[in-house]
Amino acid sequence: MTEVLVVGGGPAGMAATLAARRHGARVVLLEAGDDVGGQYWRHLPHGRADPGERHWHHGWDRFLALRAALRDDADCEIVTGAHVWSVDRRDGAPPLVHVVVGEPDGQGREPRTYDPAALVLATGAYERTLPFPGWDLPGVFTAGAAQALAKGERVAVGRRVLVAGAGPFLLPVVSGLLRIGTEVAEVVEAARPAQLAAGWATRPWELLAARRKAGELAGYARELAARRIPYRTGAAVVAAHGTDRVEAVTVARLTRQWAPVPGTERRIEVDAVCVSHGFLPRTELATAAGCAVGADGAVTVDARQLTSVPGVLTAGELTGIGGVDLALAEGEIAGSVAAGGTPAPGAVRERAVFRRFAARLAAAHGIRPGWQAWLDDGTVVCRCEDVTAGALRRTAELTGSRGLRSLKLTTRAGLGLCQGRTCGRTVEDLLTGADGVGLLDPGRTAHRPIAIPVRLGELSDSTRTRNREDLP
Amino acid sequence: MTRIRIEVDGDQVPGLAGQTIAAVLLADGRAAWRRTRTGRPRGVFCGIGACFDCLVTVNGLRDVRACQRRAADGDKVDLQEDDRD
Repeated sequence: MTEVLVVGGGPAGMAATLAARRHGARVVLLEAGDDVGGQYWRHLPHGRADPGERHWHHGWDRFLALRAALRDDADCEIVTGAHVWSVDRRDGAPPLVHVVVGEPDGQGREPRTYDPAALVLATGAYERTLPFPGWDLPGVFTAGAAQALAKGERVAVGRRVLVAGAGPFLLPVVSGLLRIGTEVAEVVEAARPAQLAAGWATRPWELLAARRKAGELAGYARELAARRIPYRTGAAVVAAHGTDRVEAVTVARLTRQWAPVPGTERRIEVDAVCVSHGFLPRTELATAAGCAVGADGAVTVDARQLTSVPGVLTAGELTGIGGVDLALAEGEIAGSVAAGGTPAPGAVRERAVFRRFAARLAAAHGIRPGWQAWLDDGTVVCRCEDVTAGALRRTAELTGSRGLRSLKLTTRAGLGLCQGRTCGRTVEDLLTGADGVGLLDPGRTAHRPIAIPVRLGELSDSTRTRNREDLP
Repeated sequence: MTRIRIEVDGDQVPGLAGQTIAAVLLADGRAAWRRTRTGRPRGVFCGIGACFDCLVTVNGLRDVRACQRRAADGDKVDLQEDDRD
């Protein structure tokens, strides 16, 4: 039986696992959390179940059906608490996959190494947040953090919150905040009506196919209207104020290119602000495996979801940000192909529909370069190493360097705890803007050979991997 | 719902079984619990384990992401400071 290894238990990974099983492969599914579902179906843990959980999610019954099918299957092993920290490239074969199983950031976790016939990476995405003065104050959260805390913990990030950024993801975040009794002061979307219309209003017949998604968004819009929460377009949070935590924010109107319009600033008292400007594919493992990545940072795949590395497939946000429906369709295709089968035509059709939807999303809410104008020289850009926008601009100007590697080493930007996950793309944008020519090695900040930190004790122990005595 | 208690820098802080350490701290009204190398306060930022802003020391073990680790009754959580220049 073919052995397929799936990394990531979100919608794409779950769909891939079930499809590979239907095509007769044995599957091991690695999930870092203690249950499957991913960020989309993030829910209360076992033992603290909420009978009303269904009301927190779209497609909850679909999730329950997927999870039940996975759990009931003896030839599908779900390993939770599985933290993949590196992969070893091999010629003509998928890489070896190194995992520690146990508590997040723990010690003495069980080392395992997998040698799969096919590897499906479904590691999802994380949020991109554009910096602004004060964005490192406690009380500034990514919108995803607010959503994770609401859905997975039932904890509110503040009493009176402003939600800001770009993209339809702001709307379910507002919905989650309202459910746990948070007052939402305003929703502030950076795209101006013209940008939104260019993305959403052209070729409306294409949207018909994705009407399930459109209906979901309309539901959120009705919720905002019913609560009389202002939804403002063409504006952004350009500063957060406070000493030890957020006490207020400044919102300004934006030009078409997202530069603040002087004189339009408004101060709004809030105790928290949630910000999101889109998502970045989580590509550590794919990059380490050697998979080709496009200019947008997404892993390049062919029609069968195969990457440039033999036996390695990807599905979901890793191939481009597109949401749950696209992730499910891509997972279905990747799982079938990984097991040596042919993808179902239905899944191929769904993928086409939701890729078009994703393209609209990018057109309507894509980041415009004018945002750099709301960063003063003192604005922290790299939160881990406290590197400011001024330091980055100055270094690029003084050294005349176009090499991102050397600029990182000089400024320390992207070299801290998060390894550039939070600031990497922003650092590249700022440095690119400095000389107008561009960087010699764009995308460099996404290279992280070690996908998550491992403790030295575990590293020394990892050669005694317990599931594969035959491997080095 | 099972109630638990963790010790945070000497204070007894109540929580619920299944909550992460970050959720227990936020629900207790704490917004910041780490300082960066230049002394700036940090708490939760990304909430999904990507930013490493929320690190704490748990039962003597440094650099644990509070948003990823579930709190266990009796956990001793110490707030940590990055090494200064």
